[in-house]
Amino acid sequence: MSEGERARLMEEVEEKKKLIANIRNKPWRMKRRLKHLKEAQLFVDKFEGALGKGKGRKLYAYKVMMMKKWIKFQRDFENFKTACIPWERKIKEVESHFGSSVASYFIFLRWMYGMNLVLFSLTFGLVVIPEVLMGLPYGSIPRKTVPREEQDTAMDYSVLTDFNGYCKYSVLFYGYYNNQRTIGFLKFRLPLSYLMVGIGTFGYSLMVVIRTMAKNADVGGGDGEDSEFTFAWKMFTSWDYLIGNAETADNKYASITTSFKESIVDEQENQKDENIHLRRFLRVLANFLITCTLGGSGYLIYFVVKRSQEFANRDDLGWYEKNELEIIMSLLGLVGPMLFETIAELEEYHPRIALKWQLGRIFALFLGNLYTFLLALFDEVNAKLEEEKDIKNASIWFMKEYFANFTANNPNETGTPPPIEPADVIRGPCWETTVGIEFVKLTISDIQVTYLTILIGDFLRALIVRFLNYCWCWDLEAGWPSYGEFDISGNVLGLVFNQGMIWMGSFYAPGLVGINVLRLLTSMYYQCWAVMACNVPHERVFKASKSNNFYMGLLLLILFLSLLPVVYTIMSLPPSFDCGPFSGKERMFDVIIETIELDLPSFLGTLFSYAANPGLIIPAILLMVLAIYYLNSVSEAYKNANNELKKKMQMARDEEKNRRNNKDSTNQVMKDLEDLLPNRSNLPPPEEKKGQIFFVEIFCERSQLVLFLGQGIIKGSQNRGYLHVLVYRAH
Amino acid sequence: MKNKHLQKISFIILKMFPNFKQQYFLSRLFHRYRDLAPQLVPLDYTNQPDVRLPYELIGSMPELKDNPFRQRIAEVFSEDGEGNMTLDDFLDMFSVLSEMAPRDLKAYYAFKIYDFNNDNFICKSDLEKTLNKLTRNELTEDEVRMVCEKVIDEADLDNDGRLSLEDFQHMIVRAPDFLREVCNFHHRFTSTMRGKMRKKIQEITL
Repeated sequence: MSEGERARLMEEVEEKKKLIANIRNKPWRMKRRLKHLKEAQLFVDKFEGALGKGKGRKLYAYKVMMMKKWIKFQRDFENFKTACIPWERKIKEVESHFGSSVASYFIFLRWMYGMNLVLFSLTFGLVVIPEVLMGLPYGSIPRKTVPREEQDTAMDYSVLTDFNGYCKYSVLFYGYYNNQRTIGFLKFRLPLSYLMVGIGTFGYSLMVVIRTMAKNADVGGGDGEDSEFTFAWKMFTSWDYLIGNAETADNKYASITTSFKESIVDEQENQKDENIHLRRFLRVLANFLITCTLGGSGYLIYFVVKRSQEFANRDDLGWYEKNELEIIMSLLGLVGPMLFETIAELEEYHPRIALKWQLGRIFALFLGNLYTFLLALFDEVNAKLEEEKDIKNASIWFMKEYFANFTANNPNETGTPPPIEPADVIRGPCWETTVGIEFVKLTISDIQVTYLTILIGDFLRALIVRFLNYCWCWDLEAGWPSYGEFDISGNVLGLVFNQGMIWMGSFYAPGLVGINVLRLLTSMYYQCWAVMACNVPHERVFKASKSNNFYMGLLLLILFLSLLPVVYTIMSLPPSFDCGPFSGKERMFDVIIETIELDLPSFLGTLFSYAANPGLIIPAILLMVLAIYYLNSVSEAYKNANNELKKKMQMARDEEKNRRNNKDSTNQVMKDLEDLLPNRSNLPPPEEKKGQIFFVEIFCERSQLVLFLGQGIIKGSQNRGYLHVLVYRAH
Repeated sequence: MKNKHLQKISFIILKMFPNFKQQYFLSRLFHRYRDLAPQLVPLDYTNQPDVRLPYELIGSMPELKDNPFRQRIAEVFSEDGEGNMTLDDFLDMFSVLSEMAPRDLKAYYAFKIYDFNNDNFICKSDLEKTLNKLTRNELTEDEVRMVCEKVIDEADLDNDGRLSLEDFQHMIVRAPDFLREVCNFHHRFTSTMRGKMRKKIQEITL
């Protein structure tokens, strides 16, 4: 076989292979596909072997075999990966009953679970496990031991649920960790790892959120022109082919009908005139009321936090006083949105816009609450820092007393006295552990409130409606209260805020991420069960596709907001002197400086010192600002170009329509002009048209308009020469 | 033995779907087809028997029975255009409507589904029928007329008063929901394969 023939044969074999690979994409009938497939496969089998004859046959056959094995391996791996996605069947079941919007919440939940799992493994593997395996055991140093005064009550259930007692002096919280620079035979640098994991948590979360946002924006084609094909899309893509259940289908029919009616009304309403002033007044009133509510709730939280600070000094507390803060915050989270919804009825927005306002307001409510909580927490921290100074002096005095007593009681001993029992040493207030405890308590109470709400608000309600219906005057199922609908936005916001608290608290309580992983896992099963057992599908099936990035955007915002307090404490607050991995240092980030000085080669040290020079940092910041400005203006330019192209396409379409119909132009300007020049076939005498020239001249003040006119006129009429003059004169 | 007739359904079809998961689905699909009418469908397909299941049976499948377009779907995929499907047609339908079919293929078949009078154009009467099926005749005549006019206004590019395949594809390709919700069945099959079934398929193909 000659070279040319062989090359041609190889080409044909490649073509047939491509056909085999793409045969699924062709819109052919099965018989035709099978016929072509048979032919192609026979051809390939016959000639693939033949090509190998000659020198490189063995090598070629070997290559082909390895390629096949590799493809098979990839296929198996893909199968394995798909089989590993957890809860896929559960979510598909929810989707078929409730539509894709409710399922999107569960997909979001699953995504969060994945992210938390990674964070948990980071924290656990790099901070908790080393301390447990290679650090000192419980009871060996003061920070790891329960103080003598508390030892009797340390195992009590009430103390443990408050996360005091043995819980407080455990791996869960910041205070347990020792500040030894390296531990164990591996010389593991725990304080450095603690700091790095804390920062890495935020870095990883940021990366993952932004990557998902970019992917979502890609798939959706951006939040595109929903005005371009509204009705066409509604007609051809609104039926959800995944619905396999008669009840959901009924709801879907109803929601499609409602959606069409809405759009029809929108179309007709565009021309309607409304009483703008009344509407504006009502909207201002509504916003004022809502701002008042938000302010009121913020003040309430602040007041309750102050009270809880006073309670912390007293001991005779009932259950209500101890948990007042968490209860009030959770209650506000329940009552606030309902209040907002009622007030929002004054505004009479389009439902889609109303929903966005609602979400924004609930977000502000939660944000305001969270930040008031944080401010109150900071007050507490500062108080503890003051206390610490006193205790430092007291503990030094205690040490001196102990030595003095020892030498006084044992005058014969000349050696150093044995160290004080860890349980007896005077302890500092350790503000970091307190902060960690607060966050853990808040998370736990949030979990409890959510689960209880589902149990009572959905399950109990469903039970009552179902069983009390037999002996009740009106139809409970059809009228009030009927079965509950799944509150997607409320649940998603709850999830987002919970994650914000985790991000804030995980630096002070490494065990918090573990608690969250457990919570998300149980949430998945619990909520899936609750949705299928107690809820009915929505009346208005909510479209999930566009809002997905909205939730991701909220998550991103919360991430930045929760980054701030942690960074502030790392940078500016001094760590406690006797607890945690940074005890004894001026600032927490001193660990990094220490590592650079002691562990890394010296030239890296000088490099970092140069990098930290303000003379280098300020130009770098300026450069970044300039880059942002440049990219911004580039993207604006692209947007403008896009709009121009769209306009051009629209114009081209209109022109096409004109040409086809050969009738009145769609352009208002051209219509006016046609009125001016009614008789196109005759050349009008110049004197008659003088008045009109003037009119047109005045009309043509702006050059754009002139071009327009020029084009239109030249196209539409015969008096070319005359009208060129017109154009020139206007210019 | 069950794997015997797996062999007998075109080996080539099996080769077309070399994915284990898809082979599993394939055998399940055959059994779904057969379960609709066990007395009509033989287990042995080597002789390519000419068996057609009438539309009534197809339209009663759980994936289709709630779908307003089930009759059109059956008509589009059936050879005789009446909705009576052979096994090949059945497999065709499921493969186009699965999640893994490419978007252009789905758009092509969607166009054929919505073209009620089979004239390769979606004209106003087709649109009216589609709309009435979607809303179960809940809209008034004026509203129906208005919507159909708007649709033609929006999507008709070559200005002939009806939608050709190009117009339809141009419009549908930009729709955000098209791939996810429309023209998708999720098989009600478990995604975890039972060990025995997997082994049997492995025996056949390796």
